[in-house]
Amino acid sequence: MRHLMNPLDFSVEELDKLFDLADDIAGNPAKYAHACAGKKLATCFYEPSTRTRLSFESAMLSLGGQVLGFSDAGSSSASKGESVSDTIRIISCYADICAMRHPKEGAPMVAASRSGIPVINAGDGGHQHPTQTLTDLLTIRALKGRLGSFTIGLCGDLKFGRTVHSLINALIRYPNIRFLFISPPELRVPDYITDMLSEKGIEYEEVIRLEDCMAELDLLYMTRVQRERFFNEEDYVRLKDFYILNKEKLALAKDDMLILHPLPRVNEISVEVDDDPRAVYFKQAQYGVYVRMALILTLLEITV
Amino acid sequence: MLNVGKIEEGFVLDHIEAGKSLSIYHHLQLDKLDCTVAIIKNARSNKMGKKDILKVECDINTLDLDVLAFIDHNITVNVIKDGKIVDKKDLVLPKEIKNIIKCKNPRCITSIEQELPHIFMLADEEKEVYRCKYCEEKASESAALW
Repeated sequence: MRHLMNPLDFSVEELDKLFDLADDIAGNPAKYAHACAGKKLATCFYEPSTRTRLSFESAMLSLGGQVLGFSDAGSSSASKGESVSDTIRIISCYADICAMRHPKEGAPMVAASRSGIPVINAGDGGHQHPTQTLTDLLTIRALKGRLGSFTIGLCGDLKFGRTVHSLINALIRYPNIRFLFISPPELRVPDYITDMLSEKGIEYEEVIRLEDCMAELDLLYMTRVQRERFFNEEDYVRLKDFYILNKEKLALAKDDMLILHPLPRVNEISVEVDDDPRAVYFKQAQYGVYVRMALILTLLEITV
Repeated sequence: MLNVGKIEEGFVLDHIEAGKSLSIYHHLQLDKLDCTVAIIKNARSNKMGKKDILKVECDINTLDLDVLAFIDHNITVNVIKDGKIVDKKDLVLPKEIKNIIKCKNPRCITSIEQELPHIFMLADEEKEVYRCKYCEEKASESAALW
């Protein structure tokens, strides 16, 4: 039985297969409409995340399966002090697969070690959010036609942004990728990442102004400065509006550059950009459902 | 100079940084063994100035020495049999250490999950970096020993 804790749990070859399956699902949704009939997905969300939870639920429903679960710790037995280990043993009796979001880092791994059913990490604190990374990779592969041989700019909160860290770790397995890290000095990418890139001989550059590198980018990955990652409200307020992508800045970009964003957006992308064909962040949400469908099928070992 | 007699079978842990012998005594769980243990503190040392030494008379298979390498890999481990040194063990950094240090990350699941062991994995052998198995937080120099 396999679980998904980290985007690197799957080899590049396994990811190729997963993305091939996601492509097939996108092209022939009817073929998969009953693939999970009689199966149940438990969404155990110890902290609210409407988007991720609904994406999982939509994925299971699109496969003909059923969903059950809870969407915050207050409405679960955790509020009575039950451990994750105990909860997952119970959930294993109720469902066939579980997607778990937890504010504590490593909680889904603890669950997986005690679980009788596959567990998917749906985000654990500031640590990992593997299905977001799979969504990002599938979106790039589907819309760019390749994973590799491009310059990607990662912009915003590169210090606390776990989606960024996961994406970097996933992308370095593909050839000829150049990274441009665009952030204020306070939110620059951690040293362990730049050290790792240097060790592997992967090209990267740290930039402060988005305008200075826009023309070089094949992909621009925007992120939100998240209030919940700051201990200090003052720092959050000072940094949250540091980057705002608008039409003026976008005019400097290549015609085929793609703008990605894990969403939700606050104000780092101006709504005037939404209608630009290069803005693919809403399509990304659709790919998120396809990749979760492919993941559920893969972990449940269902072939269609 | 204080004299402590020879042991017949067991270990002599030499070149322990002065003052650390009691912590090693606890980590090797010597308090739970029914055997003779000599703790020598602040012995004179040409190499170190002062050092601690632990002499443990026990079956040589009863001790888990992995933890020693994590605490200080410069400790010399002499294996004694029939009153003589029969082997000197090189300490190798263990791949995994359990309940030796606590994860200090307040966002880690180990901070709330009852009876969950604190496990650290060797992430970088060259730089001697250990990371929490659950949250991947780096074990810091000041990580609280158990």
